[in-house]
Amino acid sequence: MITFEGVTKRYPDGTVALDDVSLECPTGKITVFVGTSGGGKTTALRTINRMVEPTGGRVLIDGRDVRDSRPAELRRGIGYVIQHAGLFPHRTIEDNIATVPYLLRWNKKKARETARELMERVGLDPGMAGRYPFQLSGGQQQRVGVARALAADPPVMLMDEPFSAVDPVVRGELQAEFLRLQAELHKTIVFVTHDIDEAIKLGDRIAVFRTGGKLVQVASPQELLSRPADDFVAGFIGHDRGIRRLSFIPAAEAPLTERDVLTAATPVATARAAGDWVLVVGEDRRPLGWAATGALPADGVLGEARLAPIGHTFTVGTDSVRAALDAAILSPSGRAVGVDGDGRLVGVADQHDLSAAITAAVNAAPEPADTEPADTEPAAVAEPADGLAPVDPVPVDGPEPGEPAPAEPASKDGVPD
Amino acid sequence: MNKLWNQVDLSWQWLTASGQWHGEESIPHRLFQHLLYSGAALLFAALIGLALGLLVGHTGRGGFLAVSVANIARAVPTIGLVLLIVTVKYSITPQVIALVALAVPPILVNTFEGVRGVDPETRDAARGMGMSEWGVLWHAELPMALPLILLGLRTSAIQVVATATIVAYPGFGGLGRYIVDGLARNDYQLVVGGTVLVVLLAVAVQLLFAALRRFAVSPGLRGSARSS
Repeated sequence: MITFEGVTKRYPDGTVALDDVSLECPTGKITVFVGTSGGGKTTALRTINRMVEPTGGRVLIDGRDVRDSRPAELRRGIGYVIQHAGLFPHRTIEDNIATVPYLLRWNKKKARETARELMERVGLDPGMAGRYPFQLSGGQQQRVGVARALAADPPVMLMDEPFSAVDPVVRGELQAEFLRLQAELHKTIVFVTHDIDEAIKLGDRIAVFRTGGKLVQVASPQELLSRPADDFVAGFIGHDRGIRRLSFIPAAEAPLTERDVLTAATPVATARAAGDWVLVVGEDRRPLGWAATGALPADGVLGEARLAPIGHTFTVGTDSVRAALDAAILSPSGRAVGVDGDGRLVGVADQHDLSAAITAAVNAAPEPADTEPADTEPAAVAEPADGLAPVDPVPVDGPEPGEPAPAEPASKDGVPD
Repeated sequence: MNKLWNQVDLSWQWLTASGQWHGEESIPHRLFQHLLYSGAALLFAALIGLALGLLVGHTGRGGFLAVSVANIARAVPTIGLVLLIVTVKYSITPQVIALVALAVPPILVNTFEGVRGVDPETRDAARGMGMSEWGVLWHAELPMALPLILLGLRTSAIQVVATATIVAYPGFGGLGRYIVDGLARNDYQLVVGGTVLVVLLAVAVQLLFAALRRFAVSPGLRGSARSS
């Protein structure tokens, strides 16, 4: 566990980058620091590996003050991933990955073997081990960056906007792979991003920072969406936080029916007796498409009629109500088609069914019943917005996907310009 | 054209004359002297320029001062310096010092710029992974600055090799001997022959550094825009 105890960073020119920040980043979990630029989230991350030395308070890793270790030794035990990967252009991929093992004086053979194993682990072809960074795409470089941070198997990883410099498609892939990797490795991760969507997608806990280095709220994603601590957090999350909350309600909670579901072998005459639209399924219960009963041919079976495409289905066991609602909106019949993992029909729900499920879920859980351990810490840590700052209805623009984070000039300590 | 050919022919005759290849006055001996002065000057200049350039580039302090002094030093006419020094003490050592003063600025400025030009993200990553300050310098900054450093060394080496001719003016050896003596005796064959030798030496230095670059600079840097 990483513990911040009243951590403050004040620069000689009077700029305050961190203002009395206290929080805990639980072992084996992903804690996301999110906030506006200049909010101190990167500075907070950098106090953990002593790239920034706080002017007040202390940072503990598993109860041990980080200042008890020499910076270089401390850092060798903490994985570090940065925005543009920061790979060494003069080193091959495998030697980049083996950087920390070399510093720890592993023998070269073992270090390189580890590097190649890690390449596979992060989804890179080990055949690229001998290439140089300039020969890789941005996404591949970032994978190397992650592998390099993992090389000495550190329990703690610090990731400073690792996925914000790649295009949205690649970012999605990297995020998914990152979650898969974390499910295997259970590292204690501190992850900085300016993108609230990324925070909600990846975080077990989210710490929201605002300008002036103030920590505004620490909460699970669900709680953040349902109970933002103040207008700043609500504004930062954006106007569609209600819709985003739907991501946390399992689609399985929606009542699914088999009303107006018919097989392809059903005679047209029978189908006409049903509602306006019928869902046609095959012998194997895979959905084939929607048939408008008003436009059916005079005779024959449903399988021969012209069918409207389903749009997309949702998977009952894994998808959220958000996916189901999206499927319903895109469906010609206004109804969402739920399938199981094999793509076979489970049932159909219309928008009314879904909205009933949403109401029930929201009412049933005003306190988000997530998997967090008993949380003794108050949700809102910082004092309420002071009277000097007018409450802007939308204090920040929603972060543009793909837009790199604006530089935080005051936060990059020890990097001479 | 005819005139040029005439010069080539003259220098060829001079170069191939048997008397040029043996004894105190011979080409090999003069070449050896020339290389000795140049090599010594370059060695000291490299020690000074690299140490200062790495220090200033790594710490980021005093960069403006170092580059300013280096640029002013570049403007000092070397021949003036040589003649000034020789009036103080008649010895080859001060002559070499003049050549060192000539050679330091390109090495210093290029080393400084090379280190300062290292991507701050890469430097940050190096520190963040637990490299000591020496480690950052040795494992990241130096190899990444190497293309520029070699360029600086090459510039200095060529300047030194060309300028070492002037130590013959106050009476020392080296290839400059032929040019100075040739001018004094109105022996143009001698002047041209000596000049050709200096030019050939400069070309050889150029080739040597091309080979060094190929050998010492990581292919990961050669492919990028940093190469020059």
